[in-house]
Amino acid sequence: MSSKDSIIEKIRSLKLDQKPLPEIPDFGGATDLVQAFCTSIAENNGEIMSAEDLITKLESGIYPSIFSTDVSFENFSNQALPVDVHSFSKLDLAILKGQFAVAENGAIWLDDADLRLRAIPFITEHLVILVSRDSLVANMHQAYDRLGDQHSGFGLFIAGPSKTADIEQSLVIGAHGAKSLMVVLV
Amino acid sequence: MSHPQEAAEFLKDTAKSKWHDDTLWFIRDKRDKMSKTIPEWEELRELASSIKDNVLGNLADYLEEFERNASKNGIHIHWAKDAEEHNTIVLSILKKKDCTAIVKSKSILTEECHLNPFLEKNGVEVVDTDLGERIVQFLGQPPSHIVLPAIHLKKGEISELFHERLGTEKGNEDPYYLTQAARHHLREKFLAAKVAITGVNFGVAETGEFVVCTNEGNADMGVHLADTHIASMGIEKIIPKRNHLGVFLRLLARSATGQNITNYNSHFRSPENGKEIHIILVDNGRTAQLGRENFRDSLKCIRCGACMNTCPIYRRSGGFSYKSTVPGPIGSILSPGLDLQKHSSLPFASTLCGSCTDVCPVKINIHEQLYLWRQEITKAQGTSIKGLSMKFGNGIFKSPLSYNYSGKIMRMALKNLPKSLIYNPANVWGKQRDLPPVPNESFKEWVKKNRP
Repeated sequence: MSSKDSIIEKIRSLKLDQKPLPEIPDFGGATDLVQAFCTSIAENNGEIMSAEDLITKLESGIYPSIFSTDVSFENFSNQALPVDVHSFSKLDLAILKGQFAVAENGAIWLDDADLRLRAIPFITEHLVILVSRDSLVANMHQAYDRLGDQHSGFGLFIAGPSKTADIEQSLVIGAHGAKSLMVVLV
Repeated sequence: MSHPQEAAEFLKDTAKSKWHDDTLWFIRDKRDKMSKTIPEWEELRELASSIKDNVLGNLADYLEEFERNASKNGIHIHWAKDAEEHNTIVLSILKKKDCTAIVKSKSILTEECHLNPFLEKNGVEVVDTDLGERIVQFLGQPPSHIVLPAIHLKKGEISELFHERLGTEKGNEDPYYLTQAARHHLREKFLAAKVAITGVNFGVAETGEFVVCTNEGNADMGVHLADTHIASMGIEKIIPKRNHLGVFLRLLARSATGQNITNYNSHFRSPENGKEIHIILVDNGRTAQLGRENFRDSLKCIRCGACMNTCPIYRRSGGFSYKSTVPGPIGSILSPGLDLQKHSSLPFASTLCGSCTDVCPVKINIHEQLYLWRQEITKAQGTSIKGLSMKFGNGIFKSPLSYNYSGKIMRMALKNLPKSLIYNPANVWGKQRDLPPVPNESFKEWVKKNRP
């Protein structure tokens, strides 16, 4: 008998009681979604930024190599999408578009179509995500309702920059992934 | 060594154990504050618990549904009945890929299977990429906490270690500086690895996708740069539907570290172009635990670690004192099922205060199961010293005459016997505390005199 068969058979032989699945009620949430979202991003050590402030930052030249998927920042982008993402190992900034975001925790959803290559938001030194104000939902239940059965090979909620507290519980921003997350509400 | 002996070792460094205690309590406190910002918190716990009840009752169906959907999405599914089979499957994939160096993000299951030593014996370099795990890996230690692997170490020790292993400045204990050194060191490993291993937080039967949560981004750095992703998944990690993730992701990080969510929550459904994803579904004692009615619910655990942070025993004895992959209250109800003999002291490493049960996001009755394991262990072990003293006590309390006399004798003895005799090895209670002053008379005598 294969391991699969023996595991499945062992479970079935227990003949356990079947209990019904609960319904998930609509819990509602914050009334001012923009304000709640901005608070959450700040709590997660991210930064909310206006498009103008971002442009000033980009013009200052502190990010020598920039990759952008958004047309409005196209003239700042000096990197083309590589065939092999390893060549982005020195990328300074990626500007990506998120599909929608969650007010209660700052989580922004992106999938394969938004990422182009899955490693980009991790391998880049700094990350900007643009997300529409109108796309905010209150909580994670509404987020999954919105996702529905939308099918992508990969998708993720990003809620802040890479961080760790593994050394004596001292918070350090910039563990392995992006050292900062800037969110622009458009 | 038993848990009390190990705990005594841990407590020798008073300052460090006090720090350990305070730090974990601080995290428990953060969890409390965070949970109170969600009005429906208790309802969420109830929902999570009911969803897991449903999972445990239909586990075979959900596993088959998960396999069907994941296979449809182009994911390779493997089944392992035990740790050995799990490790063999990993090695066979590595051999096929001609791979001798891998990166691995946090996975308690691979710890449970002792994957690292197995792969190393077979000539594979394993690099743990979670910062805390890399630290303990350098030291040749297992993690001491499932969420905070290096919580037993002070920054001075880590600075010393990194000076030796990564060439950082001697004496520089700045956490930012040390973390950056690890970032550079691990980036090279990420860029070079062809195969990456991760654990799984949740597998969704309905879609065949699985979710991995991290704050560091190390799981994603590993798998997206590698060609092959191996995900090790305990069979109890299944949830029925995608929208159930809403419930669990709201609970997990808030319970674990008091954050509103982990910064990266990745949903893997099919491999990136030209790459492979393998999932290994592992039993390793889980079906046996499912068959134990009293202990079945321990399989609902989502590995947040909240029960460890709140436990007065865990905080004051450290993760290593449990000598089990999952320490703390939840480990003390999971591990006896794997090896009753080895873990027989763990269910006694508790005050049965029930704080673990109160904070558990999936409402496992941890303290009740600890109590039930004690019965099992006492049955398995036959007569214990405690049993004998209980019998002795029973004899005294049965007869008023013997009770009155033994009270008098004890009061006299405690007053007059030398300390060395009173604090003998059998007096466990008096090991780290003084006995209270002995009264001159019994309560009965006092009442007779003062309340005539």
